[in-house]
Amino acid sequence: MMLDDPFQGAGVLPDTHDGPILEISNLSISFFTRAREIPAVMDFSCSVMPGEAMGLVGESGCGKSTVALGVMQDLGTNGRIVGGTIRYKGRDLASLGADELRAIRGRDIAMIYQEPMASLNPAMRIGQQLIEVPMIHEGISRTQAWARAREMVADVRLPDPERILRSYPHQLSGGQQQRIVIAMALMSKPSLLILDEPTTALDVTVEAAVVDLIKDLGRKYGTSMLFISHNLGLVLETCDRICVMYSGEAVETGAIGDVFNHMRHPYTQALFRSIPLPGADKSARPLRAIPGNFPLPHERPKGCNFGPRCDYFVAGRCDMSDVAMASIAQGDRHQSRCLRADDIDWAAPMVAGAQQTAPEKGDVVLEVRDLKKYYEVAANALFGGGETRVVKANESLSFAARESETLAIVGESGCGKSTLAKVLMGLETATSGEVLLDGSAIQDTPIEARDTRLVSSIQMVFQNPFDTLNPSMSVGRQIIRALEVFGIGASDAERRTRMLDLLDLVKLPRAFAERMPRQLSGGQKQRVGIARAFAGGARIVVADEPVSALDVSVQAAVTDLLMDIQRREKTTLLFISHDLSIVRYLSDRVLVMYLGHVVELGSTDQVFSPPYHPYTEALLSAVPIADTSVAKQRIVLEGDIPSAMNPPPGCPFQTRCRWKAQVPGGLCETQVPPMRRLAEGHDIKCHLAMDVLASMDPVITFAPGA
Amino acid sequence: MAFFILRRTGVMILTALCLTFVVFFLTNLAPNLEKLAKTQGNARMSDAEVTSWLDRNGYGGPLVVRYGEWLGVVPGWVRFDEPTGEWRGRCILRGQSPEDADRFCGLLQGDLGYSTVSNAEVAAIIGGRMALTGVLMFWAFAVMVPTALVIGIMAGMREGSRMDRALSTFSIGTTATPEYVSGVVFIILLASSQTGLSPLLVDWGWLESGTLFLGSARSAMDGVTFWNFTLPVITIAFYGIGYIARMTRASMAEVMTAQYIRTARLKGVRFRTIVLRHALRNALIAPFTVIMLQIPWLLTGVVIVETLFNYNGFGWTLVQAASNNDIELLLACSVVAVFVVLVTQLISDIGYVFLNPRIRIS
Ligand SMILES: Nc1ncnc2c1ncn2[C@@H]1O[C@H](COP(=O)(O)OP(=O)(O)OP(=O)(O)O)[C@@H](O)[C@H]1O
Ligand code: SF4
Ligand code: SF4
Ligand SMILES: [Mg+2]
Repeated sequence: MMLDDPFQGAGVLPDTHDGPILEISNLSISFFTRAREIPAVMDFSCSVMPGEAMGLVGESGCGKSTVALGVMQDLGTNGRIVGGTIRYKGRDLASLGADELRAIRGRDIAMIYQEPMASLNPAMRIGQQLIEVPMIHEGISRTQAWARAREMVADVRLPDPERILRSYPHQLSGGQQQRIVIAMALMSKPSLLILDEPTTALDVTVEAAVVDLIKDLGRKYGTSMLFISHNLGLVLETCDRICVMYSGEAVETGAIGDVFNHMRHPYTQALFRSIPLPGADKSARPLRAIPGNFPLPHERPKGCNFGPRCDYFVAGRCDMSDVAMASIAQGDRHQSRCLRADDIDWAAPMVAGAQQTAPEKGDVVLEVRDLKKYYEVAANALFGGGETRVVKANESLSFAARESETLAIVGESGCGKSTLAKVLMGLETATSGEVLLDGSAIQDTPIEARDTRLVSSIQMVFQNPFDTLNPSMSVGRQIIRALEVFGIGASDAERRTRMLDLLDLVKLPRAFAERMPRQLSGGQKQRVGIARAFAGGARIVVADEPVSALDVSVQAAVTDLLMDIQRREKTTLLFISHDLSIVRYLSDRVLVMYLGHVVELGSTDQVFSPPYHPYTEALLSAVPIADTSVAKQRIVLEGDIPSAMNPPPGCPFQTRCRWKAQVPGGLCETQVPPMRRLAEGHDIKCHLAMDVLASMDPVITFAPGA
Repeated sequence: MAFFILRRTGVMILTALCLTFVVFFLTNLAPNLEKLAKTQGNARMSDAEVTSWLDRNGYGGPLVVRYGEWLGVVPGWVRFDEPTGEWRGRCILRGQSPEDADRFCGLLQGDLGYSTVSNAEVAAIIGGRMALTGVLMFWAFAVMVPTALVIGIMAGMREGSRMDRALSTFSIGTTATPEYVSGVVFIILLASSQTGLSPLLVDWGWLESGTLFLGSARSAMDGVTFWNFTLPVITIAFYGIGYIARMTRASMAEVMTAQYIRTARLKGVRFRTIVLRHALRNALIAPFTVIMLQIPWLLTGVVIVETLFNYNGFGWTLVQAASNNDIELLLACSVVAVFVVLVTQLISDIGYVFLNPRIRIS
């Protein structure tokens, strides 16, 4: 082909190299905008040895991706390396010319980023995109490259490689696309693989399988990795070493075991204390939010960047001059950027807040009986007409929720969680079945037909605080609007007082009433959303992934706030989430959904300990846990979640279930299992016999001192 | 797909009916008819004579009925003419007896009527003129589309570069220049023996004598040559180039910032290959629609350019028909124009679907 590049030979780099694969020293990167220079990364050092996996963690905006793009020398038109060096196998990457750089990219260093759909070319077939890599770098023929691509696709455990190679990206599911992106990165067997949040867009069970794959392939090809994530659990599972970033700087780096168990930086400690661990409950290990907010690059404080949020801050010492990275005596190449690393008593237990006793559960507030919601969709969206298909988004759901109770609804994308929320809210009406609020049926009343009392008694907190506030109305106005809609307060003055009370309730300063939404951080916006939801004395609040769009350090604060208000107002909270750690932490009962079905329903303890529904078991195993003392049973689910348009016959989970063989007579493939009662308040939808269920081992076990 | 095309065609026919009725209404306004009567009959007719003339020639009666006759869904008018003692009617040829004539004669029967000015069947006139315009449009497109796409791609592939700024300025310049300005400028610069380039070239001995290009396209009706046809073609193309180029540039610039382009770059693909293999197809999806929708705009350009260069195509005919009050011819021209506009829209919708794999196979 005319377009094919001539073989860009190797030879840019020596073949043998003993030192680190990647050595970043004192790297500083800035972006230049019209208004100012934004220092995104400052004085960042780290090195990756051959075959080693280095984890890079930190909250969004701390500069992780900038480091990765800096290594790739692809910072865009306004980004520039303003100091330090990046050496790859001893060669300074900044000194390479355009041709040399091109020879290294793809062959020596490959990168994978977050959204698989966006990183594949929609107008090119998968095969075409894969074979390009070795054809450019190794000068091999099209047929050879094709054979290599087929091998690689099989290596990333995709079925039917030939068909996959001939498809377009949109014909694959998200998980399959991510595997293709991995295959593409490994086509020329690079020595260094940079992964930028490679699984954030995926569901937990798919994520677990992809992470597993990355680990295996890394071992198989001896690839060094720079693994970027905000999820400490994931880093623990994949990496040998870790580097924690805060506000553009590396604050602590060391071997995984050292940093997880003997952390020497207050930020690392605070980070660990703010995430829930599924092994522990709230009384043993309450969450502790990091106070304050992440500083913007141009608003960093003098001295230690973490100073304003640090519990160990000492005025006159921490705020004097920039803090340098210093070695920690114990541990392997363990370093921390804290002046007081040696003074702090790291073993001191966390100062726990006042213990809250769980409130008494009241009467049943919400009862859902045999609820079904089907959508009719045109089989071919563009041309309309023709036959329609039925998407069974919710399939005979039944459950009840009491006053002051937190019922968690967990499941992966497309399982029907949001549809359920919409039916409750009246945004959709049910296809059949009943939804009873305090005994009266509401399933057929759309939101327009609901009276103010009903509207105010079921409220919602949305996943994305960024879209739900009106950008041109002050915070106070928006809350007052909600009060007006709910018919609360006799006069404007009364509503204003109530609005200020609500701000107190969600722990926002009263002065925020005058602010516009854009002047608020994500966590603060979510607080406004919560204030609005509780404005009318809601009986039920549906929180659809309320914290998943927020940074780790503010998640804890928002979660605690939600629970605090719930306790005070005796509200029933329906907490929709895919994050089992947080579900375990805050909920009283759990409802597990899969493909529109409730597969398990029980108290939190019942659901989190055996016997499990096979899907719950896999879900538990998939959750990354940031605790080195936890041993997990490894259950990798094959394949993707089936499409709700085309569900499998029989048990919805049968395509991926590892217990299926234990059910005699192929029952799983032909019959939808009935809901069965295992214990008081514990139901599962599975054909497995009692003795098989009883033989299940716990997924998560503690190995103290490990 | 078949259903989609069927539905679009249905909507198209409905639109065409509405539009032709509007044109029919406007051309059949009382003053136009009066002018027609006076030119065809006697310039000094009295008002009563005008009315009787119109009545005798089938221009009386309700507008809707006459529209129906013109369409061919209402039987053509038939009446006995006292002064000449003959049967006359819409469908009756001179000397024919009413029994032999067709009952319907309108658009649906392929009968576009009779041009009162050129004394010929409208269908015959339009056919030849359309063919001439077709040739002009073909060449205009052949110049315009490749030029515009190349300019757009080159400008968009490195957004903000000097080349981008230069090409974008050029594009904005061409869209801001109407055909009657650019046409005149081209004639002065390239087709005059007194001014512009031609006398210079003659002085330098590069051109024997005369002009670089011909300022009139009359001779192109018999045979197209580089010399006689370049100016009308580039005048039409000039206006469209800027518009299409700007759309292509926007689309290209957007594609170049996409993640998958970064992926290609980080795979070590060289820039030229990125542009040609990874970006081009994605970048062309949006301009394709624009190119198709450009055809109706070109029709207005055709009117001006054909008049300016005295090329007797469709546009020229339209102008003539309008100024001569040649009602039937004018109506036929509008039908053709409406038809072209609607068909290009249909094509652009279908083409969009074919270019975009995400829509095609879902
Ligand atoms: N308006 C709609 N029309 C057709 N199908 C729909 C509609 N809304 C949802 N669905 C389908 O219903 C199923 C359940 O969707 P739903 O959004 O409730 O899942 P979810 O668990 O909340 O997913 P996620 O976690 O990704 O938000 C999906 O297959 C979805 O495609
Ligand atoms: S230097 Fe001071 S403020 Fe910074 S982390 Fe250490 S103790 Fe906290
Ligand atoms: S019914 Fe069968 S397939 Fe379904 S979860 Fe139980 S064992 Fe697995
Ligand atoms: Mg959802």
